[in-house]
Amino acid sequence: MESQTTYNYKVVRQFAIMTVVWGIVGMLVGVIVAAQLAFPDLFLWDGISWLSYGRLRPLHTNAVIFAFGGSALFATSYYIVQRTNQARLFGGPLAAFTFWGWTLIILLAAITLPLGITSGKEYAELEWPIDLLIAVVWVAYAVVFFGTIVKRKVKHIYVANWFFGAFILTVAVLHIVNSAFVPVTLTKGYSFYPGAIDAMIQWWYGHNAVGFFLTTAFLGMMYYFIPKQAERPVYSYRLSVVHFWALVSTYMWAGPHHLHYTALPDWAQSVGMIFSLILLAPSWGGMINGIMTLSGAWHKLRTDPVLKFLIVSLSFYGMSTFEGPMMSIKTVNALSHYTDWTVGHVHSGALGWVAMVSIGSLYYLIPRLFGKVNMYSMKLVELHFWTATIGVVLYIAAMWIAGVMQGLMWRAVNADGTLTYSFIESVERTYPFYYVRLLGGALFLLGMFFMAYNTWKTVASGSSEEADDAIPAPAAH
Amino acid sequence: MSEFWSIWIIVLTAANILGCFWLIRWTMKKRAGESAQGDVTGHTWDGDLQEYNNPLPRWWLWLFYITLVFAAVYLALYPGLGKFQGFLGWSSGNTLGAVDSQYQAEMAKAAEKYDPIFQQYAAVAVTDLAAKPEYEEARDMGKRLYLTYCMQCHGSDAGGARGFPNLRDGEWLWGGAPEQIKVSIAAGRVGVMPPHAHLGDDKIDQVTAYVLSLSGRNVDAAKAEAGKDVFMTSGCIGCHGLDGTGNQMLGAPNLTDKVWLYGGSAGAIKETLNKGRNGVMPPHSDLLGDEKVHLLTAYVYSLSKQQ
Repeated sequence: MESQTTYNYKVVRQFAIMTVVWGIVGMLVGVIVAAQLAFPDLFLWDGISWLSYGRLRPLHTNAVIFAFGGSALFATSYYIVQRTNQARLFGGPLAAFTFWGWTLIILLAAITLPLGITSGKEYAELEWPIDLLIAVVWVAYAVVFFGTIVKRKVKHIYVANWFFGAFILTVAVLHIVNSAFVPVTLTKGYSFYPGAIDAMIQWWYGHNAVGFFLTTAFLGMMYYFIPKQAERPVYSYRLSVVHFWALVSTYMWAGPHHLHYTALPDWAQSVGMIFSLILLAPSWGGMINGIMTLSGAWHKLRTDPVLKFLIVSLSFYGMSTFEGPMMSIKTVNALSHYTDWTVGHVHSGALGWVAMVSIGSLYYLIPRLFGKVNMYSMKLVELHFWTATIGVVLYIAAMWIAGVMQGLMWRAVNADGTLTYSFIESVERTYPFYYVRLLGGALFLLGMFFMAYNTWKTVASGSSEEADDAIPAPAAH
Repeated sequence: MSEFWSIWIIVLTAANILGCFWLIRWTMKKRAGESAQGDVTGHTWDGDLQEYNNPLPRWWLWLFYITLVFAAVYLALYPGLGKFQGFLGWSSGNTLGAVDSQYQAEMAKAAEKYDPIFQQYAAVAVTDLAAKPEYEEARDMGKRLYLTYCMQCHGSDAGGARGFPNLRDGEWLWGGAPEQIKVSIAAGRVGVMPPHAHLGDDKIDQVTAYVLSLSGRNVDAAKAEAGKDVFMTSGCIGCHGLDGTGNQMLGAPNLTDKVWLYGGSAGAIKETLNKGRNGVMPPHSDLLGDEKVHLLTAYVYSLSKQQ
């Protein structure tokens, strides 16, 4: 029997370290595909299909979302659910199973996607046998997480756990419904749904991958690490209640905004648009609650690079959750859709919000997991912060300009109604922005190498004390 | 959409919007025994995690209300609540049999505005449009149409690509007279070279040598001589003619010139012989209409006359 007097830190350590590793892998592939767009002849050994953009791009998205983001979520949710409920992870070896299962899924993805084995559904490219494995691991994750909450030693459930709980439940439903395939061979299945219904299911899944995987869960992270690092109470309990329920109920509807001006029925497009607009306030509720938690401790932002990561991530969250509802308005979407503006929007969320809140949280978490007071070098954390911030700003500014330019070029017509620009002219004009984007992405990746070095030195440095993983006795309150 | 699903959508949509409203009001309520505003709620987690009992920020509340009201107004005006079309009666036009849709209105408006511009050249002969200085604008319009609809296959410089004919070189598969070009654009073309793998490697080898010799390439004379027999007796002459100069009625290429649609190397010719080829030019009359096809014809014709 495992000791019930300590928290299970082993699985948290494993996921935390792998977050750094997968972050480097996923972002490296991202830099490679960005370079392929800037320099289409990049690879001299042209003709190797598994190095082609079409194969590497889904590898990049899967690696950063599910390998990097997923590992960060496993690590932080396992840490938070134990500490805020004063209970060791439920289910004994199940937690270890989720680590090894998730790692196996990532490795299978890294093999099958470059080989061209794909379902063709964005963010759900993995073929059906891997989908089944994901479902099994995810159910195990749910059992561990909710089991831990059930055996908690405190009366109330801390807000971070609501967000993680909603994320785990919803992703299970989304994944299982969208991955309904008719298997043909071991490596090929066809979607269970026909035509426009398939598109709708896919984007119901796709946007909630953003809404629950990349937003709700990371808000859970935010609700623990910001008050901890700032040493201040959360700004408003009421606000957390309203924005939680409003966020999880309205996100479910937002998917159709990916299908504006398509064969999707008008009513579905309208409903997708209005709920995307309603999402603005619930999203900003999270940002306000995080940033205002700092009130009374603003001076800490000057000196604490970990807090800088966390707070700047919320600024990017606020920016992209303003931008998203605006882009979902059909009139705006007519300009922005299919352009690099979308890519900029996604990365303002993915790099600015998801990656930076994860990085900040890990800088809090890693020393505590390995019995240290702080990271090996706080100067390096500061350097990482600035490298990453400049990288994101370059990236999204380049993609904004490129996207709006493309949208305007594509809709420009001459006096006789013919198109002013051919498509290739818009591609030519985009090159300078592709170079800037590559630079921005490369800077962000460089920051991850600082983090890897810093993590290595922190973990390996001497004078190691035992991590404080003792479960305190239940307090009466 | 059936009655059931219509009601289902209306109920869920309305419930979620009203639910948001109710949620705000319910959370704002003061409760007996709760801590004072600005104080912590009294719960503590993991040593020091606490929460303030602060009210919802006013400006944020207004933002929330505005989006909820906007949603309600939008759903009253536009389709969204199940089968209810909205008071504006608007539709995008993405369903079969749509009438008075935005798409139809915009197309009609564009037709009204732009059609006369194209119609003014409809009665002018292609040869005049292609050559006379006063029709330079017509040629520019043709070029712009070309850059929208044709360059994906034939290239922005009309130089063609493997499998897609060069339009500037004066060599034509289906004829370069204005009427022939117009038919190619309006009705499309299908050029089929049937596969001949059944001849066997030796004969394919021989006929390849013969075909290469037709355009003056250096080949093994004996092989080419043997290939000539194959060429004459295996059906090739049916389309390419006794002298190999092709037949524009069938789109059969002239084999005696130096123009090769699918490559002129021995390997490429063998592949053509073994596997056959299928070239497709899609029809454009339904997509573009007669007037635009007329201008495109003039532009393409003018390209071939520039050489």
